[in-house]
Amino acid sequence: MAHSAVPVTARWPDALAGVLVLVLTLGTLGAVAWRAEWGDGLDPADWSAIGFTVMQALLSAFFSVMLAIPVARALARRQFWGRQLLITLLGAPFLLPVIVAVLGLLAIFGRAGLLNTGLAWLGIAPISIFGLHGVVLAHVFFNMPLAVRFILQGWLSIPAERFRLAASLNVPIWRVLELPMLRAVVPSTFLVIFLLCLTSFAVALTMGGGPRATTVELAIYQAVRFDFDLGRAALLACIQFVLCVLGAVLAWRVTGNDPIGTGLDRVVRRWDLARPGVDYGVIILAAIFLLLPLAMIVLRGLPEFFNMPAAIWAAAFRSVLVALGSALLCVLMALALALRGEMMVSIVGVMPLAASGLVVGTGAFLLVFPFIRPADVALLVTMLVNATLALPFALRALAPAVEQIKQDYGRLALSLDIAKGSWVRLVILPRVRRPLGFAAGLAAALSMGDLGVIALFAGQSEETLPLAMYRLMGAYRMDSAAGAALLLVALSFTLFWICDRWGRADADM
Amino acid sequence: MKKATYLPAVAGLALCATSAWAETPVLQVLTYDSFVTEWGPGPAIETAFEAECACDLQFVGAGDGAALLARLQLEGPRTDADIVLGLDTNLTAAARETGLFAPHGINADLDLPIEWTDADFLPFDWGYFAFVGNAGADAPQSLRALADSDAQIVIQDPRSSTPGLGLLMWVKTAYGDDAPALWADLSDNIVTVTSGWSEAYGMFLEGEADAVLSYTTSPAYHLIAEEDDSKVAWAFDEGHYMQVEVAGKVAGTDQPELADKFLAFMVSEGFQSVIPTTNWMYPAVTPEGGLPEGFETLVTPAKSLLLSPEDAAAKRDVALDEWRTALSR
Repeated sequence: MAHSAVPVTARWPDALAGVLVLVLTLGTLGAVAWRAEWGDGLDPADWSAIGFTVMQALLSAFFSVMLAIPVARALARRQFWGRQLLITLLGAPFLLPVIVAVLGLLAIFGRAGLLNTGLAWLGIAPISIFGLHGVVLAHVFFNMPLAVRFILQGWLSIPAERFRLAASLNVPIWRVLELPMLRAVVPSTFLVIFLLCLTSFAVALTMGGGPRATTVELAIYQAVRFDFDLGRAALLACIQFVLCVLGAVLAWRVTGNDPIGTGLDRVVRRWDLARPGVDYGVIILAAIFLLLPLAMIVLRGLPEFFNMPAAIWAAAFRSVLVALGSALLCVLMALALALRGEMMVSIVGVMPLAASGLVVGTGAFLLVFPFIRPADVALLVTMLVNATLALPFALRALAPAVEQIKQDYGRLALSLDIAKGSWVRLVILPRVRRPLGFAAGLAAALSMGDLGVIALFAGQSEETLPLAMYRLMGAYRMDSAAGAALLLVALSFTLFWICDRWGRADADM
Repeated sequence: MKKATYLPAVAGLALCATSAWAETPVLQVLTYDSFVTEWGPGPAIETAFEAECACDLQFVGAGDGAALLARLQLEGPRTDADIVLGLDTNLTAAARETGLFAPHGINADLDLPIEWTDADFLPFDWGYFAFVGNAGADAPQSLRALADSDAQIVIQDPRSSTPGLGLLMWVKTAYGDDAPALWADLSDNIVTVTSGWSEAYGMFLEGEADAVLSYTTSPAYHLIAEEDDSKVAWAFDEGHYMQVEVAGKVAGTDQPELADKFLAFMVSEGFQSVIPTTNWMYPAVTPEGGLPEGFETLVTPAKSLLLSPEDAAAKRDVALDEWRTALSR
C-alpha cells in the first residue's frame, strides 16, 4: 500500500459509521423491499410526481444558493455590532419543524398574513402564496440559512494574507479569490439543498396547493400508509436514491479545486469596500425575510407558554436527551468519516439525505419488531436515525476543514512520526473546533424537531416534544400547540447556539 | 416451587414466565394518537375499565386511523395488540382482508342513523363530515353551491388523511359519475390540500380559509371547551357522509376473554359517556343522561350517506383518480 501524506488513523471508527449509515439507509430500504409483494410498476401519476419533485428541488436549491451568495458576502465583508448574533439567528429557520415553519410563513404571506393585510391597506388585491412559487418560497426560507452558513464559511476560510497579496498586486479580488472559492463551495451546497427538497413532503403539498404538488415522498407515504404497498414504496425510494447518486456525481464533477493556501487565521481587513449601503441593504432584507415569520411564531406561542400541560415539559426533557445523544454520535461519525476522506465516504455522507424518512422508519420498525418491543427502543432508534440524517451536514462542515489540515500539517506530522491519537487530539481537534461545534449544534437542533421515526415507534411514555405538539393539534388544542412550538423553537435554538458558541469560543469569526 | 428459582435464568422462558406469573393480565389496544392523549378519551376509559376487569389496559397510539392499519399490517400475525380501535368504514374492507381479525360476537343496541350488521367490526362512535366555518358568514347550502361560490376552503389529502378520504367518498356518493365535474368546479375554492387534519384545522383557525373539512361536531369543542360559539358547521342538501369509527378483535390475541369483555364495555355507559367531550364525536350508544349540553346546537343532516366497506374499497381508486385529475389542472 502506498504511503499516504498523512498519519494513518484507526480504520474501525469510520467503518462503523459507514456501516450504520448503510444499515439505516439501504438496510431499511431492503427490509421494506423484503416484505413487499411486488405488483405493478410505476403509473403515470408517479412519473408526474417524479417530474414535479425534481423541478421544485432544482428551483428551490437554485434560489436558495443564489440569494445566499450576496448575503454571505455582505456578512463576510462587514463588521457591525450584533453581527455574530445575527448570523446565528439567521440560521434558525433551518431548525424549525415543518408545521411550525409553515404556520409562521402563513402568518406573513398567507391570506390573513401581514403582507396581504398591508396590501389591503394600500388597496392592492391580495396575492396567493399557494402554488409552485409557494413551495419554492418555503424551501428557500428553510434552506437559505444553511446555504448562507456554508458559503460564509467559505468566505471566511480565505486567509487574510491572500486579500493583502491581491491588494498589493492590485488584482480583482472577485476573480482571483472569491470566484474560485464559490466554485468550490457552491456545488456541494446546491446538492445538499437539492436533496433536502427532493424528500420534502408536507411543505410541498401544503404550499403547493394540491395534488399538482405531489412529491415522490408523498407517493411513498401513500404507498405505505394507505395502500400498504411496500413494493411500490421501495421502488419509489430506490428512485430517490438514484436521483441522489446522480446529483452527487454531478456535484462532484463540477466542484472546483479550492486553490486557497494556508494563512495565519488573521481577521480580514478589506479596503475594496465601497458602497456599504448595498451590503447592509442585503443583510436587512434577509433578516426581514428570515426573522419575521420566526417572530410571529414567538408571538403566537407566548400567551399559552406558561399554561402548557405538564406532559409537555416531560416530553421536552426527553427531546433534549435525544438531541444531545444524537449530536454526540453524529459528530463522532462525521469526524471518523472526515479523517478517512475518500470519495466513497462523501457518497455515504450524502446518502442519508436521499433516504425517505418514512422508509427509514418503516424499515427500522421491520428490523426491530421481531426482536424487541418498538416502544422500548423508540428513543434509541430516534437518536441513531437522527444522528445519521444529520451526518451530511456535519460532514459538509467538517470534511473540508479536516482536508485542509491534512494538506497543511500532514507532511510535518508524518516527518515527526506523530502517534495516531496525538494527531487527532493535538492537531485535528483544536483546528476543527469551529465546524465541530456548528455540526453538533445542527445535529442537536435537527433531532429536536424530528417527527419521522418517533411517530412510528413511540408509545405514551416515549413521547417527544414535536410528537406532543402534534398530538395537541390533533386534539383541537391549537393554542397549547403554539406554546409547545415556541418551546421547541427555543430549545432547538438554544442547543444550536450553545454548541456553535463553544466552537467559536476562541475564534473571532 | 424449587424449579421456579432457576427459570428466570433462562431468557426465553423468563419472558413467557413473566406474563404467566403477572398478577394482572394485560390487554393491549392499538389506537390512533389523539385517542390516548390526556385530553382524549383514553385516560378516563382506562380508569373505568380497569375498575371492573382486574386487568391492565394499555393503549398504544399509532398515528391516525390509516397509520393504524399500516401498523397492524407491519406487525402481522405476531402483533401484541389484542384490540384495534379507531378504523373507519373506508378502511375496514382492507382490514378484513388481512385476515387478522376475529368476529366481535357482540349484540348491542346501537344508536346509529344507519343499520349496523358488520360481524367483525363494532362501532364505538360516529360523526358526519362537514365544512366548518365562521358564524355570521355566508354559508353555502350544498356541495354544488359551495363549488359555485367564491368561498375558500382547506381540505385534507385523501391519500394521507382519513377526513380527506371521507370527502372523496362524500362527493362520489352524492354525485356518482358527475363527481369529476363537481371536483373541477370545486378546484378554484380549494386554497390548499394538507397532509393531515391538524394542519388544515390550524390554517382555518389562523384565518387562511373561510372553512375547513372537519366534522359537524367540531363546533361543540369550541362551544364546550372554549365557550366560543363563533364556529358553525355548514349543513348541505346532498346529505353528509358519515364516519363510523370501529374496533375489532385481533384473531391471534392471547387474551380472548378479556378482549370480549372490553368490546362489551366499549358499547356500555362507562366508555360511551366519555366520548362526546373527549373525542368530539357522537357516541355509538347514547348515554343515559343524553348528550352533553351544547350538542343540541349542532346541525343534524337530513340525510346520512355511507358506502358499505366493500363499495368504499371498490370505488376508492377510481374516485382518487378523478380527484387528482380534476385538481391537477
